[in-house]
Amino acid sequence: MDKDAFRQALMERAPTLVPHLGELGVRVSYAGADHCQGILACRPEFVGDVERGLIHTGVVTTLIDSVAGLSIFAHLGRMQPLATLDLRVDYLRATRLACELSCRAECYRMTDQIAFVRAEAWQDSRQTPVATALATFMLGLGGEPGHAA
Amino acid sequence: MKLVEARRVARDTGDCRLLVASVPYAAWLGLRTTLVQGVPRLELPFRKQLVGNPATPSLHGGVIAAFMETAALLHLMLTLDESRVPKSVDFSIDYLRTGRTVDCHAACEVTRLGRRVAQVQIRAWQGDESRPVALARAHFLLAASSEPEPATAR
Repeated sequence: MDKDAFRQALMERAPTLVPHLGELGVRVSYAGADHCQGILACRPEFVGDVERGLIHTGVVTTLIDSVAGLSIFAHLGRMQPLATLDLRVDYLRATRLACELSCRAECYRMTDQIAFVRAEAWQDSRQTPVATALATFMLGLGGEPGHAA
Repeated sequence: MKLVEARRVARDTGDCRLLVASVPYAAWLGLRTTLVQGVPRLELPFRKQLVGNPATPSLHGGVIAAFMETAALLHLMLTLDESRVPKSVDFSIDYLRTGRTVDCHAACEVTRLGRRVAQVQIRAWQGDESRPVALARAHFLLAASSEPEPATAR
């Protein structure tokens, strides 16, 4: 499979290949060498703060973690055993139930062993992100720390 | 008020189901909490929808993170006397081992408690408590700081 065909397949099939993505209802709207984008429709089950009607930040983290992993596959144009080393998320704004949540992740540096990814999540506009994040992945160690995305 | 009542029940009886139910996402994940001599113990029973990679197979890394974040939130709701749900400011996780497709446990420690902010360290393990799958740290804004609303509330 050539790289573009792989990226197309990744976009279409990621939610069925990764059970928890399907469970959340994440859809991959773009998968390219430069970045990857995913969209999540917010549901009442995802609320963390009922009084304020806000989505739990764990949902935001899960979406970011997923799209970050997918951005590495999209960057390479193939599957690759991965282990997440770390992930750091800053919650810049509250995430509201009423809107869908988008996430864009970009693998901005890749060495033989390590991939560095930055990501952001937003609702109304990319100019007003609800979260920004950085993640580091180890390549080629299927069974080592973290998870294979 | 619901939170205050759920916490009272949890403290009186050790039954935290009302408290977990007051956070819909915690209930949706399937998180369970018990209070053992006043110390919250948090558990995420395994189910196949929590898998990230069916080939390994392994628990989704984002699920481990979300579980630990939710664990920290519930820990604060149980151990502090907050009247509202604390707000997440940031979250940082180091993955140490592959999450296996079994139950996951977490314990939290409030490493800093100020008037406005709490820092929580979270440790997650499966089976052997001395072999954590991940370590994490989170900051939360407390209700005392919510008037006027801080930037993170928008």
